[in-house]
Amino acid sequence: MAVLTEEQSMLRDAAKSWVQEKSPVTAFRKMRDSGAELGYDVAAWNEMAEMGWAGVIVPEEYGGSQFGYLSLGLVLEELGRTLTASPLIASGLGAASALILGGSDTQKSEWLPKIAEGTAIAALAVDEGPRHAPDKVATTVSGGKLSGKKTFVMEGMAANVFVVSATEGGKIELYLVKADAAGVSRQKLSLADSRGAANVTFDNVAVSDADKLTGGFDLLEKTLDRARAGISAEMLGAAVQAFEVTLDYLKTRVQFGQVIGSFQALQHRAAKMFTELELSRSAVEAALTAIDNDAPDTAELVSLAKAKMGDTFHLVSNEMVQMHGGIGMTDAHDAGFYLKRARAAEAAFGNQAYHRDRYARINGY
Amino acid sequence: MADFGGTDLETFRKDVREWVGANFPASLKGVPNPMAREERGNAPNADMESWRKAVGDKGWGTPTWPKEYGGGGLSGAEARVVQGEIARAGAYNPIGGMGVMMFGPTLLEYGTDAQKLEHIPPICRGEIAWCQGFSEPGAGSDLAALSTKAEDKGDTFVINGSKIWTSGAQWADWCFCLVRTDTSKKHEGISFVLFTMHQPGVEVRPIPLIAGSSPFCETFFTDAVALKKNLVGPLNGGWTIAKRLLQHERSGLTGAGGGLGSGGKSLEQLAKEYVGYDDKGRLADTDLRTRLVTNAMNMRAFQQTAVRAMVEAKGNSSPSSATSIMKNAGTQLIQERHEMSLEIMGHQGLGWEGDAFSADELGAVRGWLFGKAFTIFGGSQEVQSNIVSKRILGLPDLTQSK
Repeated sequence: MAVLTEEQSMLRDAAKSWVQEKSPVTAFRKMRDSGAELGYDVAAWNEMAEMGWAGVIVPEEYGGSQFGYLSLGLVLEELGRTLTASPLIASGLGAASALILGGSDTQKSEWLPKIAEGTAIAALAVDEGPRHAPDKVATTVSGGKLSGKKTFVMEGMAANVFVVSATEGGKIELYLVKADAAGVSRQKLSLADSRGAANVTFDNVAVSDADKLTGGFDLLEKTLDRARAGISAEMLGAAVQAFEVTLDYLKTRVQFGQVIGSFQALQHRAAKMFTELELSRSAVEAALTAIDNDAPDTAELVSLAKAKMGDTFHLVSNEMVQMHGGIGMTDAHDAGFYLKRARAAEAAFGNQAYHRDRYARINGY
Repeated sequence: MADFGGTDLETFRKDVREWVGANFPASLKGVPNPMAREERGNAPNADMESWRKAVGDKGWGTPTWPKEYGGGGLSGAEARVVQGEIARAGAYNPIGGMGVMMFGPTLLEYGTDAQKLEHIPPICRGEIAWCQGFSEPGAGSDLAALSTKAEDKGDTFVINGSKIWTSGAQWADWCFCLVRTDTSKKHEGISFVLFTMHQPGVEVRPIPLIAGSSPFCETFFTDAVALKKNLVGPLNGGWTIAKRLLQHERSGLTGAGGGLGSGGKSLEQLAKEYVGYDDKGRLADTDLRTRLVTNAMNMRAFQQTAVRAMVEAKGNSSPSSATSIMKNAGTQLIQERHEMSLEIMGHQGLGWEGDAFSADELGAVRGWLFGKAFTIFGGSQEVQSNIVSKRILGLPDLTQSK
């Protein structure tokens, strides 16, 4: 755990106690069982927004607390522990970052206060296929009309506004497109992780320069890096919780007349998981800190964090099921939730292979 | 606590810089630290000796150790200034070895005032080389099974038995040694004693290793003598001290440096030279590229963890429980790098000696072989995993180690 300021400690403690009291894994299960239309519990989201979590990175002049990315990471880590599903990553982190970094005063004034108070949901619409590839953009803007199809848009059904990547004159740009604009249609996707996602089609949607963000592909990459670091923090919380639940099981499940945690084959695998979690925590905290400091090596530190955290969550989620044995295969147990969340989070904003390749390219391999 | 920051620290830095400039012999600039050599074939030259004496008299080789025992008496911030200025001048810290890394910190914690006054100052001056009498043929991972016996003969202990893997015993002046003083108990029958290696009852035989060098020895004791005043801690209370010493040892064995240890080219440079690029500017061997970058990323996460542990433990000078994680994580990464260096060089990486091979190539094969020791010595990988399971994760212990 990084050394925190007093404000950060308070924020983390508030998130920790809220999650324990109001949003245990049973709440996620209830949301899943209810078939919630948006893939999250709207009442819980409203409580989170009231506590200011949707505006942690938003400047004070636009209604946020401007606490920075490490601070938001602390909240996301706590939410990740119990798999709390909410639009925080899509809206209060991803889309908010695009606006903060590339929005005009008018655009910021219109959207950031609503994002910070949770009354508007903004979403990143950047991918166009099953795998993350932000540099491959077939969506175009031509003659003031934006057309294309975006896939696997996180919180795509809940969104009031999309940040859409499109090429204009061969150059990638980001546009703000309202969800209720003429020509926007969306298809709800039902995914294994039970979170909100949609494919969104833009058919000759009218856009103007007033809808364009400033920064092009560089802005897109910076925005994605913020989303990647944030989701890594959420993955860290989920992986730590999955490990702790598993460790507890190793200490209580008895076979052959002894707790299974007394077997060295399992002990060494537990030690390996603990080691990987410690290394991953360092990488995640370093990436968030680099963003806060606008460090020159932010991109590679973010790719390191997302890849390392992806590997670790992958490992821990598999071991959670395996070490629980048959009970881990049942829907009544939470292990399956962590396994499903792990793969969805790994695929989001680039999986391990994507980020290893990116780290290699940045470093000239 | 004196907060040595700001202008005071800058004044100190200026003083240190002047002192290093005046005392570091120009002939040694960029010369590898003779303390880091595996084998000390040649005696140090006059310039090396003068630099050792200069640093030793200041106590700056052991900058944070107390002044009354010959240390520098500096704060952590001041010590970093000294280290930084020594590095900046292309110099090295000539005070090192097991006395500095392991024995000194342990004696400062557990020794009597008289013991500290006798043994610590020569360590600070770099005059005495210590060796570690821990492992035995029948007590490796299960160290507490050791059987080298010490009998109470009034003013002395008389020691019989043998130790193995004693690093640098052939050059050592003194030995810190675990001996059995009670055969009826295991952990509670072990004592921690000190004695000179320069006595008739001590015989040392270097052990040639697969890498061709002999950095470790077998050490035999036949009625060797330790003075009673050199019993550290209580009789039969040596295990606690040994565990502490092992923590110091392991914290020094994590390979945090990240290099291959030979001081040669980085693995990435070697890959570019031997393997080349494809038309997209990527390493031509894509399988190797993935493994190489994975290792580099893990190495970076490892270094980030070392920094994080240091920041979190600020003010707490003893090694934390994270040490056990660090040894396994670090040594495995280094071994992977050794394996990849051979792979990159192909058959050239297997050269044992001769003009057909570059220094990097010869270093690669020796480093690869010696590197196999990293996950064995100082507590094997498996023992480290046991320690993490038991001490950190609270899982039951079936090995009855302590």
